[in-house]
Amino acid sequence: MAICEPIIEVRNLKVNFYTYAGIVKAIDGVSFKICRGETYCLVGETGCGKSVTARALTKLIRPPGRIEGGEVIYYSDEGPINLLELNEEELRKIRGAEIAYVFQDPTSALDPLYTVGYQIAETMYEHGRVSKIKEGILRAVEVLRNVLMPDPEKRVHSYPHELSGGMRQRSVIGIGLSNKPKLLIADEPTTALDATVQAQLMDLLMDLKRRENLTILLITHNLGLVAEVCDRVAVMYAGNIVEEAPVEELFRNPLHPYTKALLRAVPNPRKKSVRLESIPGTVPNLINPPPGCRFHPRCPRVMDICRSKKPPELWRGDDHRVACWLYE
Amino acid sequence: MMPLVEVRNLKKYFPVKGLLRVKGYVKAVDGVSFNIERGTTLGLVGESGSGKTTVGKLILRLLEPTSGSVYYDGKDVFKLKGKELKEFRRKAQMVFQDPYSSLNPRMTVFQIIMEPVKVHKIKVSDPESFVVKLLYRVGLNETHLYRYPHEFSGGQRQRIAIARVLALRPEFIVLDEPTSALDVSVQAQILELLKDLQRDFNLTYLFISHDLGVVRYMSDYIAVMYLGKIVEYGPAEEVFEKPLHPYTQALFSAIPIPDPVETRRRKRIKVSGEPPSPINPPPGCRFHPRCPITKDVCRREEPKLEEVESGHYVACWLAR
Repeated sequence: MAICEPIIEVRNLKVNFYTYAGIVKAIDGVSFKICRGETYCLVGETGCGKSVTARALTKLIRPPGRIEGGEVIYYSDEGPINLLELNEEELRKIRGAEIAYVFQDPTSALDPLYTVGYQIAETMYEHGRVSKIKEGILRAVEVLRNVLMPDPEKRVHSYPHELSGGMRQRSVIGIGLSNKPKLLIADEPTTALDATVQAQLMDLLMDLKRRENLTILLITHNLGLVAEVCDRVAVMYAGNIVEEAPVEELFRNPLHPYTKALLRAVPNPRKKSVRLESIPGTVPNLINPPPGCRFHPRCPRVMDICRSKKPPELWRGDDHRVACWLYE
Repeated sequence: MMPLVEVRNLKKYFPVKGLLRVKGYVKAVDGVSFNIERGTTLGLVGESGSGKTTVGKLILRLLEPTSGSVYYDGKDVFKLKGKELKEFRRKAQMVFQDPYSSLNPRMTVFQIIMEPVKVHKIKVSDPESFVVKLLYRVGLNETHLYRYPHEFSGGQRQRIAIARVLALRPEFIVLDEPTSALDVSVQAQILELLKDLQRDFNLTYLFISHDLGVVRYMSDYIAVMYLGKIVEYGPAEEVFEKPLHPYTQALFSAIPIPDPVETRRRKRIKVSGEPPSPINPPPGCRFHPRCPITKDVCRREEPKLEEVESGHYVACWLAR
């Protein structure tokens, strides 16, 4: 593997949500780093904290959520900065210009009252890339062409409701990339779309990544997508990263019992499986998470120590880490 | 043996209302025919808006068709009346995608499961033990009896919905994306449960899904829908191993495979654009504007679903 030049490094991130029912310990000490030019995936089931992690990177956590600890080091051209120490105004310069987001639902990401062109122009204007909105709208045609929007000269004047789901998500990606960010955080970018459109959009993202030298953080629950596009993968469960490895290594040699079970639970469209393996039970409530390893109540290989002590991060080789007592 | 369900040239057009008059029709289902054999599962796949759910609802007569017919056990479903209709309503059931909206939040699990039993006036000597037995059958237990839906996870709710259906001793169940709202680890549990129930009660399933992995796992036969039409139909393994319609091929190759080596090595068939509106579907073959191998005839004439190999049907001018 090439030497990793990090673009962002997350250290011991903690996020809680203060709800009426109690404190939800959504992110419980998550650490990882993303190398420049790679596609890094956070994969996990609903409520595992993958989206919260993605949002916390630029402090996009709203009350009742609060970032309770950790560091997010962003390696900008001017040197490393801890994003969690920046104020809102400083962050706004980073978001969009350095780190851009694409979320799952393109319909709610777009303002229904403005044309797509205006919305692209506005982002460029806000970051000082154009001096007038009008100029931005002209440039928006290029932006839309860049994301392979059919008929961009016409579409630039379209309102979101006049576009299909796929075209809307293209516009959102266009807005995200209009300020030439270095890191694109794509949170389930194709989940709301149909299979054939999904494939088109993923092709587009990977193509843009090459053309614009992007680094991508992809958040998904879809292991097929992970297998297809990711370089390195982190598997999350109940607010922790339980395993991280290069994609081929993870699929060939999964170590954590949760990863193993997850890989065997997915029906493969290319093979007829006789029986799927399911994981008994459900994801725990994070107000009262299980003590020790949060997976222990569902784990087929649980030991005494798992019930009382949180497993440390253990390394197998240079690039494969697992948080499980079995490998102690 | 006679198939349990026979669908013949079924059509359902929904009117699009303008200010004063009908502006046009959404041709949600436009001439669909297939059979489902007793004790088997037919997987119905397609993208959103292809008409899969409408087909499911028509078979159960939850919608009246524009034209065409459905025979259940040899009888025309749309002509059933009185006692026979009520008996059909007991035997043919549906499980919906969203277990959050399909269960009444004001009812306990006991009430939810007993309601259809009362509606059908099925005599149960000891309702409580009757419901408990069903709960055990779907992997729940007596402690859940008097709880409300909000106390359950998505997977558990889907189990309750399945228990409610089983209470009526059905023969045929339309499963409309029953695991799409669930996480993979829970999805596997529900799929296993559905397979076990099918074996134990000799159930017949119409399994509607857009997830090809799940469909392959569940189905004996597959029908692929595109814009209100079936473009390919056949034994599941054959269709998966040797898809003949360009749309089926494109759909299959668009699905990422959970294996990094294989998924990056395979050649993908790409299609451009998105499914057009079913209000004004393209003339000729409905897939022609997106088809990678389109020919003149495809633009002019609509291909019929024809048997190209034993039991394997395709609607394509070039695949025969």
